Amino acid sequence: MRYLPINENDRSDMLARIGVSDIDALFADIPEDKRLKQALDLPLRKSEMDVERLLSGLAAKNVAAGSVPFFVGAGAYRHHVPASVDHLIQRSEFLTSYTPYQPEIAQGTLQAIFEFQTQVAALTAMEVANASMYDGSTATAEAVAMAHRITKRRKALLSGGLHPQYAEVVRTFAQMSGDEVVTLPPDVFAAENLGALIEGDLSCVVVQSPDVFGNLRDLSELAAFCQAKGTLLIAVFTEVVSLGLIQPPGAMGADIVVGEGQGIGNRLNFGGPYVGLFAAKAKYLRQMPGRLCGETVDASGRRGFVLTLSTREQHIRRDKATSNICTNSGLASLAFTIHLTLLGEAGLHRLAWINHANAVELAERLGSLWGVEVLNETFFNEFTIRIKGDAAQVVERMAEKGVLGGVPLSRLLPDSGLDDLILVASTEMNTNADREALAKALQGALSC
Amino acid sequence: MLMRQVQATQAAEIAAAEPRTFTGNRGLEIEEGLIFEIGRPETTGVDLDEPAPFKHRLGPHERRQQTGLPGLSEPEAIRHYVRLSRMNYAIDANIYPLGSCTMKHNPRLNEAMARLPGFADIHPLQPQSSIQGALELIAELGHWLMTLTGMDAVAMSPRAGAQGEACGMMAIKSAIAAKGEGASRRIVLVPESAHGTNPASAAGAGFEVRPVPARADGTLDPAAVKSRLGPDVAAIMLTNPNTCGLFEKDVVEIAAAVHAAGAYFYCDGANFNAIMGKTRPGDLGVDAMHINLHKTFSTPHGGGGPGAGPVVLSPLLAPYAPVPFLRRDERGYHLVEHRGEAPDAFGRIAAFHGQMGMFVRAFAFMLSHGADGLRQASEDAVLNANYVRASLRDLMSQPFGDRPCMHEVLFDEAWLKPTGLTTLDFGKAMIDEGIHPMTIYFPLVAHGAMLIEPTESESKASLDLFIATLRDLALAAREGDKERFLGAPYFAPRRRLDETRAARNPILKWVKPKA
Repeated sequence: MRYLPINENDRSDMLARIGVSDIDALFADIPEDKRLKQALDLPLRKSEMDVERLLSGLAAKNVAAGSVPFFVGAGAYRHHVPASVDHLIQRSEFLTSYTPYQPEIAQGTLQAIFEFQTQVAALTAMEVANASMYDGSTATAEAVAMAHRITKRRKALLSGGLHPQYAEVVRTFAQMSGDEVVTLPPDVFAAENLGALIEGDLSCVVVQSPDVFGNLRDLSELAAFCQAKGTLLIAVFTEVVSLGLIQPPGAMGADIVVGEGQGIGNRLNFGGPYVGLFAAKAKYLRQMPGRLCGETVDASGRRGFVLTLSTREQHIRRDKATSNICTNSGLASLAFTIHLTLLGEAGLHRLAWINHANAVELAERLGSLWGVEVLNETFFNEFTIRIKGDAAQVVERMAEKGVLGGVPLSRLLPDSGLDDLILVASTEMNTNADREALAKALQGALSC
Repeated sequence: MLMRQVQATQAAEIAAAEPRTFTGNRGLEIEEGLIFEIGRPETTGVDLDEPAPFKHRLGPHERRQQTGLPGLSEPEAIRHYVRLSRMNYAIDANIYPLGSCTMKHNPRLNEAMARLPGFADIHPLQPQSSIQGALELIAELGHWLMTLTGMDAVAMSPRAGAQGEACGMMAIKSAIAAKGEGASRRIVLVPESAHGTNPASAAGAGFEVRPVPARADGTLDPAAVKSRLGPDVAAIMLTNPNTCGLFEKDVVEIAAAVHAAGAYFYCDGANFNAIMGKTRPGDLGVDAMHINLHKTFSTPHGGGGPGAGPVVLSPLLAPYAPVPFLRRDERGYHLVEHRGEAPDAFGRIAAFHGQMGMFVRAFAFMLSHGADGLRQASEDAVLNANYVRASLRDLMSQPFGDRPCMHEVLFDEAWLKPTGLTTLDFGKAMIDEGIHPMTIYFPLVAHGAMLIEPTESESKASLDLFIATLRDLALAAREGDKERFLGAPYFAPRRRLDETRAARNPILKWVKPKA
């Protein structure tokens, strides 16, 4: 077996030093009648070549986004990742290192985390950020739990523009801890008046912008309402590239900002691994979940970095910890940091403009088709169209023609009467030819 | 999966005189500033065309403030991160004997497979007809996990081991609620030796946590469990093999007692790599167990994840598994994504289907080993740990006596006490010898714990060198060579770091110095 360096001679020498006659003597604590006497009914070892063949075969059964005109978003976005990002995260010293528990020999990981925290704080215009969560949806659930701890209230209000799968994650975690969650109905036009619904018993209001229908939302007024009632405003985003162009949640008065960082540095990966972003006002620091990296000095007085404020964490506070998180998305956050460093402010701004320009052009093109209406007034790189007919069928028909044309909202919100809506995303990856192909496929699918 | 690797340290006033260079660099080790110090907001390492003028649709929402994010050109960025990388220890460079963390070889084949466009470049919400290969891989991986554990169902979506724990406890909570016992069964028993994530996960799922002490031999006493069981107990969370590196030999009796009391048995599967192919948790009476794909089937830890924590479930808990999950019918695989289709499902624990990238890596690892290789891997992991134990037992003390261990061996500080040195000092001296310290101060049930997990991917030569180094250090400690330990590390990118200062005065981001 190519991954196992010990040979039979080694094994017998080692057993002799241990002082047992055979390997099973070391498994003697397992009750005799529970020990497997023969191999399980699974295939035997395969060569590298055979594994490549088998997995390449499975991969080939999927339609890769890069092989077709592709406009699917709704929480995961296809952006260009520079080759140097993947090269750097595959360096052994990053890829095969562990959580930096021994900081003297993990400064590479720690400094990168410190840079990540600073970048996330700057992007969101918040005071502190943690060292990465699993993804945007679980970060949102953690933010709600954090708001409960801070306000000592146990009821959250979710906007109808929040990604339905994020909302479901929040509800699942809250329901387990006995907390109440009020979810507003889907709000395609972002017209809901959340401020009017804030009562003194709410721990938090959770709003997404751009929301799941693509609308941009101003949170400033809502922030003032929240503040007056002692309710925390949690702002969510699923498309991090948008923050290069739109007003950041921190500038609008959000207390906690969470979102999905996949769009920078990370590929689609069929849903994971992704990287959750989490930022907050500094006064809430000690209630934050997950890991934090801080600056300090070593015995020679040189600057260095360590994991810090661990007294909030599960390995010290156990059932009183701010979360159970210990493995996080370290490598995915490294990819995020490297890509964002390559972009810089100027590059991110331009990338965001290209996204927006492409989306505007697509919206105009689709909106001019017969039977298609663009519903958004404002958007970043994703918008909702209403079509004549069943959106799920139309998307399926387009897929048969080799165009992945968006997400039917009925897939995210079944039984909501939104069967004629499609969420369409366009990034810098889409060419004019792609847009033409989508328009043609959509027109074709509608006239079936 | 851990824990208490870090005992807070203060930079001791032991800065021995050391030669200084003009640059602060030390040969190949080059000091590197932060991107905020070396980059500029107007610099970019990505070529992007300026879009043609157009009428934007941002309304009043355009960003009005600068981010201030620094940019680096591509050569500068490569150099920055390469320099940082060289300040890291990694399994590719040397043995990484972190007990309970399981740092084994990361095959690059797995990386190549995970990057196939058919896996890396597919979207979680594209039509299911266009992702049949991905769904088939998830189904196959699930089949392997159920076969290896002897369990009936698997929930694939948990994004890490700790999320798997939460998932399992939520399934248990739902099963209890379905029996109408939701209000009465609120207590979860957690042995004191458990990972800190166990109580945190149980509490997160809304349970009250009660500790159970271990007996003198380091394992759980069935009598101690039985005395705490009652109509208010929902479950026990047991790690097996446990965090002392020992197999819970009374596990069958404990499981039976837990079931007889109407409660469920959650097993923390973090240490499954010690027993895969040797015994099946389902046969031991487990109702739910997460599997750390990243540990057991070696996906890279990348400085702290990503992980993946699928949960296998017994028939009693299977109906409550969260969405999404897979079904197969005549048209192929399809995802059950909504509770409308699965009314008993307890909900959803992450937006999408799980860590596909980790699934591909783990599956490649399984296929490469096969059923025969996985069993051999367990045996070699256990053999290696016992070889280390047998080679150090005359010098270092074992808290629960000299007896066979599973895949990790636990020593404590009793042997070190007379020297006046601590476990931390010993660990830091290992760094100077080029070895990452073992897990220290965990599990808490041992005083000054040193938990060593060599894994199956260490050769005998590597172990012999590791053992020789530890013996040299142990003898030096006994002979009173204190300076070697108290000042350590001398030869790392940083000397001992002041963790107390970092916690007292948290600096968590770079702030532009005042001019």
